[in-house]
Amino acid sequence: MTRNLGFLVVALVLVASLCEAKIFNPISDSHRSAALQLFSVSDGSFGSLEETYEALRTFEVLGIEKKADTRASTCATVVDTIGSPSSALKDLFQALRVNGILKCELNDEAFKGIMSRIKDAINDAHSLLDYYYSIGGLMLIKDQTSEVAVHLGDADRIFRSIKALSQGDGRWRFSSNNPESSTYAAGVALETLAGVVSLASSEIDHSLIATLKNDIVKLFDGIEKYDDGACYFDEKIIDAHMHQGSLSASSVVVHGLTAFVTAARGSLNLPGDKISGLAKFFLGIGVPGSAKDLYHQIVALACLENSRVSVPLILSLPATVLSVSRKDQLKVRVNTVLGSAAPPLSVKLVQIFSSGSKDASVIDQELKLDPESAVHVLETLPKNVDVGKYIFSFEILLHDPEHKKIYATGGRTTVPLYVTGVISVDHAEIAILDSDLGSVEIQKKLDLSGENAVALSANHLQKLRLSFQLTTPFGRTFKPHQAFLKLRHESGVEHIFVVGSSGKKFEIVLDFLGLVEKFFYLSGRYDIQLTVGDTVMENSFLQLLGYLELDLPDAPEKAARPPPQPVHPYSRYGPKAEITHIFRAPEKRPPRDLSFVFLGLVLLPFFGFVAGLFYLRANLRNLPKSTVPVTFAMLFHLGIAAVLLLYTFFWLKLDLFTTLKALGFLGMFLTFVGHRTLSHLASTSAKLKSA
Amino acid sequence: MGRSTTSKDAQALFHSLHSAYASTPTNLKIIDLYVMFAVVTAVIQVVYMAIVGSFPFNSFLSGVLSCVGTAVLAVCLRIQVNKENKEFKDLPPERAFADFVLCNLVLHLVIMNFLG
Repeated sequence: MTRNLGFLVVALVLVASLCEAKIFNPISDSHRSAALQLFSVSDGSFGSLEETYEALRTFEVLGIEKKADTRASTCATVVDTIGSPSSALKDLFQALRVNGILKCELNDEAFKGIMSRIKDAINDAHSLLDYYYSIGGLMLIKDQTSEVAVHLGDADRIFRSIKALSQGDGRWRFSSNNPESSTYAAGVALETLAGVVSLASSEIDHSLIATLKNDIVKLFDGIEKYDDGACYFDEKIIDAHMHQGSLSASSVVVHGLTAFVTAARGSLNLPGDKISGLAKFFLGIGVPGSAKDLYHQIVALACLENSRVSVPLILSLPATVLSVSRKDQLKVRVNTVLGSAAPPLSVKLVQIFSSGSKDASVIDQELKLDPESAVHVLETLPKNVDVGKYIFSFEILLHDPEHKKIYATGGRTTVPLYVTGVISVDHAEIAILDSDLGSVEIQKKLDLSGENAVALSANHLQKLRLSFQLTTPFGRTFKPHQAFLKLRHESGVEHIFVVGSSGKKFEIVLDFLGLVEKFFYLSGRYDIQLTVGDTVMENSFLQLLGYLELDLPDAPEKAARPPPQPVHPYSRYGPKAEITHIFRAPEKRPPRDLSFVFLGLVLLPFFGFVAGLFYLRANLRNLPKSTVPVTFAMLFHLGIAAVLLLYTFFWLKLDLFTTLKALGFLGMFLTFVGHRTLSHLASTSAKLKSA
Repeated sequence: MGRSTTSKDAQALFHSLHSAYASTPTNLKIIDLYVMFAVVTAVIQVVYMAIVGSFPFNSFLSGVLSCVGTAVLAVCLRIQVNKENKEFKDLPPERAFADFVLCNLVLHLVIMNFLG
C-alpha cells in the first residue's frame, strides 16, 4: 500500500516538474491576511519611520483600514522628526512620506523650515541618495501643502549632476567615487529625476529627457527572463544594509520608471511583454514571507496597475482540473495585477498542446463572456480533447484599439490543464493456462468496479493470464501511468509485475516455470492485487482480486533464500518487548541459630585465654611507675586500639584511600609513642641487668 | 598388664613433659597461651565452615588466616624472646615486641581489605 502511494507521489512530482507553464494569480485576500501578520504592531507603532511607511503604504494599496490604532504615536514621531533641527535628511524624508499617508497636523512654518534645510542639502549633495532624499522630500512637501511654493530654479544643473552618475548599460552608481553600478540605483535615480522634472520651474532640456529615455530602454535590454515568461532585473551587489535583491531592485526600477513616465508626460516605447513579464515576476513570488518583500511586491504591482507605460493584464484560471464526468466548463478570468476588472476584451483559445506529444492542434475558438461574474467560459471542450494532460494557449483580444496602447496583454498565455474523467474497465478476466498446449484450464470474469474474490490454483507447469481494457468516456483507449499486478505470498514476500498494453488490451501472462526461481520456490497462497492509476483517472483503483494457490517444486539446495521482510516502519514507535531480569539465585545461607552458636564458640577460646592469664598470674608489674612513661604507655595502647578501630571502619564503610591516609597519621603517632615506651622499658631492663 | 604399663609410661612421659614445661618462664607461657587461643579459634571456624559450607569464602579465609597469621607471628615473637636461643641474644625483647605489633597491624589491614 505504502509503496503504491509512493509511486503515485513520484508520478505527481514528475508531472508537476514537466509542465513549464505556470499560472499567475492576481493579488488576493491571502496577501491581505499575510500583510496583517507580517506588519505587526508593537507598542502602538510599526517600528522605525521607514517600516511604518512600508506598512502604511502596503495597507493603502491593499485597501486595509488600519490607521487609527497607530496614528497618534506615529504622528508624534513625525512631528518630532520634522521639528527637530538635528534630524538627518533620510529621517526627514521618511517622516514626510509617513505624513503623506497619515496627514498629521503640521503647520506651514514647519514645512518652510525643513524646505530651506532641504534646499541647502541639494546644493551640498554628492551621492545619489542625497539627491533622492532631498528631491523626494521636496516632492512630498509639494503634495502635502499648497501654501508653500516649491520650485527648483536650477533644475537643469541638478538633472545633469544626477545624470553624471549613470553608466553605459542603463544602470547607475550611488556616488561618483563608487565605481560599482547597480540596478537598484537606477530605480532610485529614475524616481529622483522624475521629481526634478516635476519640480522644475522652467522646462528641462528635451535632449536630456531623450538621453534618459534611451537609458531606460538600455536598462530594459538587460532584463533577465525566466522560462515561464517572468522578467526581472538582476542585482549584482547584495548589500545587507540596503536589502537589495532582484525583488527590491525590480520593484524600485518599476517605481522609478512609472514616476518618470508620469512626470515627463512623454511616450516611452517599452515592449509590452517585458512589462507583463515584470508583473508575472512579482505575482510569481506568491505571498512573500517577509514584510520588506511584501512591501516591494505590492508597491511595484500598484505602480504597474496605475502606470502610464502599460497596464499588464493577467489571465488566470479558477480551476485547472476539469472533470469530463462532471461536465466542467473551462473558465478564464482576466484581471489587472491587483485584481480589478479588465477593460472590454475577449479571450481566445489558440492552441492545445497534448502533453507527451509535440504536435499542437490549432483551435482558434473564442470564449464566451459571462457578464455577471466577468468570467470567460468555453462551453464545450474541443472535440479532440480527451482525458489527459494538456497545455492550453490563450490570447487576449482588446476590443478598443486605443486600449492596446494602455494595456499589456503579454502575448499568448499558456496554462497547464488536467482533464479528468471516469475510465471504464471492461473485459476483465483472469485465466489459468496449460503451458504446453495453451489451452484454458480455468477462466473467470472479473468485475473491476466491484468486489472480486477468485480462488485459483496452479502448478509450475501452468500460466496465469490477466487481461482488461480501458476506455475513456470518448471511447478511446486509455493508457494509465501505472498498471501493476502484485502477488503477495503468505510470508510477506511480494512480486510486482507491470501490466503491458498490446493495442487495445492490457494483458499480462505469468509463466510460472520461468518464475520459480524468482518466487524462491515458495509454494502456498498468493494474494493477487491489481493497481491501475493515473492523475487524470478519476476511478483509479487498488484492488484485491482474490488468491492463487501455487504448487511449486521443492527448492534445490543452492536456491536463493527469500529476503527478510522489512519491519513495518511504525513498529519502531510501538511499545518494546518487556525486559524481564533474571537474577542469580541467592546463595544458601546457614541457619541463623547455628551461626550464633558458633559466634559464642569463637568467643570461648578468648575467655580461656583470659582464664589462662589469671592461672599463670600474669600482671602489669612492668608498667612504668612515673607519670610521663605511663602516659606514653597509655597512648601507645590507645594508638593500637585506634588503628584497630580504623580497621573496623574500613571494613564497615570507608574506602582504602581514606583509610590509608588516616593510617599514615596514626602510624606516625604510634611509632613515636611506641618508640618512647619500648625504649623506656628496654633501658629499665638494662638497668636491672647491670644492677 | 601390658596395657597398664603402656598407660603408665604415657603418664610418666606426660608428667616429665609437664614438669619440664613448668620451668618455662611466665612470659613464654603467656605467648603459648596466646598461640593456643589463636589456633583453637581457627579450628572452630574451620569446623563451622565444614558444617555450613564455604559461601562467603573470602570471609572464611580472612578469619582463618587472621588466626593462623597471628599464631605464626606469636611463634616468631616467642623464638626471639626466648633466652635459650643464643641466636637472638643481642636482640632486646622490646624490639621483638615492636616487630610483632607492626606485623600484626599490617596483617590485619590486609585481612580487613579481604574480608569484604
